[in-house]
Amino acid sequence: MSDTYPNDLLYTEDHEWARAEGNLVTVGISQFAVEQLGDVTQVDLPREGEVLKQHDAFGSVESVKAVSDLFAPVSGKVVKVNTTLQDSPEYVNEDPYDGGWMIQIEALNPDDLKGLMDAATYEAFLRENEK
Amino acid sequence: MITESQPQPQKTPLLAAHQRLGAKLIDFGGWLMPVNYSGGIIEEHQATRSAVGVFDVCHMGEIHFRGSRAGEAVQRLVTNRVAGLEDGRAMYAVACHESGGIVDDLIVYRVAADHFLIVVNASNIDKDYRHFLANAGSLCQITNESDATALIAFQGPKAAAALQPLADAALAALPSFHFLPDRRVADRPVWIARTGYTGEDGFEVFCAPEHALALWDVLVEAAAKVGGKPVGLGARDTLRLEARLCLYGNDLTDTTTPLEAGLGWVVKFDAGDFIGKQALLRQREAGIERKLVGFEMRARGIARHGYAISDVESGARLGEVTSGTVGPTVGKNIGLGYVPTSHSDPGTRILIDCRGRPAQAEIIKGPFYRRQNAYNAPHPRSQPRP
Repeated sequence: MSDTYPNDLLYTEDHEWARAEGNLVTVGISQFAVEQLGDVTQVDLPREGEVLKQHDAFGSVESVKAVSDLFAPVSGKVVKVNTTLQDSPEYVNEDPYDGGWMIQIEALNPDDLKGLMDAATYEAFLRENEK
Repeated sequence: MITESQPQPQKTPLLAAHQRLGAKLIDFGGWLMPVNYSGGIIEEHQATRSAVGVFDVCHMGEIHFRGSRAGEAVQRLVTNRVAGLEDGRAMYAVACHESGGIVDDLIVYRVAADHFLIVVNASNIDKDYRHFLANAGSLCQITNESDATALIAFQGPKAAAALQPLADAALAALPSFHFLPDRRVADRPVWIARTGYTGEDGFEVFCAPEHALALWDVLVEAAAKVGGKPVGLGARDTLRLEARLCLYGNDLTDTTTPLEAGLGWVVKFDAGDFIGKQALLRQREAGIERKLVGFEMRARGIARHGYAISDVESGARLGEVTSGTVGPTVGKNIGLGYVPTSHSDPGTRILIDCRGRPAQAEIIKGPFYRRQNAYNAPHPRSQPRP
């Protein structure tokens, strides 16, 4: 596996990543999503305390040429929001798995994570979609 | 700007170069074109504003008019004054339907009294060619030579300095909207035109497809020497929108007229009996009900093609965004859209529905971006913008 899709993350078919630590799940978008979008110029995120259902749109990310919805990989309450993205949306391009994180969710149901893909499965999914 | 994909998009002679440069390719209006190269849209935009951008515009169409009545044929088709052109001069114009709706926006080049070239939008080549043949085919020979013509744009404040060492013509002596047929760049046969679609000084270099790849490499190298680079369609869109240049299919369509689109300056009613003249005269008499306006976002949000525009007070729907983007040079989010004339004055506040979230914008007069130190004043008859 390459660094493009870190092994300690889980991925959705909508190209979000999720990092689970206990019941806290940090969410961002994958390198693939970043490459598709190009230069990110605006990130719209929910407020802390908002409750999300898995697969709900929780925000959007805009690049010069397109806008994409962001979907919650798990159900739960938003406990932290990366507010630095408001002024520095370019972190999403430069550092999608670290500085470009978007929200942290307190997961309600650990089983939600079981439906996500590991890095190898996600890469296979990307290859399949390329065809 | 990204259109639905169709089977088997057409390829320009430069596809191999784009692939080599790591371009992201998309189907644009039936053509496989680079959206951007490895550095991304904003970097390419800035390179064009500060140095030179090199653009593959081979997908554009080239339609030639030849014969003693060629000028008459072109005047039948376009709204601007063909008689005002001399050999080696070019002008922006639109072709209209009888309804006054725009068939296409285009540039007319007068090669000689009996030879004109019209450069049209890629997505309209077939439509335009049919329209031209149907309405002027009896007056002269009209040939679609798009497949036999490659076109590379070389745009930016350093374009003239970077191109001069390669060209066998004195570029400083070539004013805006003039061109030189039968010249050489890097010892390859070309036509050099001082035209473009970025709001910068620059050139468009026409050549035969077999010379395109070699010429591209030479031009990219020349650009790199002054800090320039290849530029894809993504930045082409942000560049043209900052300069408030219209895009056919978005800002101009078969159902919008040049008077509504703010292109009245290319409609010369006394130029001749061009198609659409009667409808445009009637529209001018009756009053223009809607206008294409430019706006800057005053709240957080990026306007996109198709977003609704509404009244700030009543919330009533006024119209639709036709183009919208981030303006990397102006540092603002900008757009164009049609609104009723009653709401079109500069300074008017409007609401843009950014996917369910209304965001305020203000109507702005004129281009969002105007280049500093224009190398010479454009000729009044060929001024790119009012």
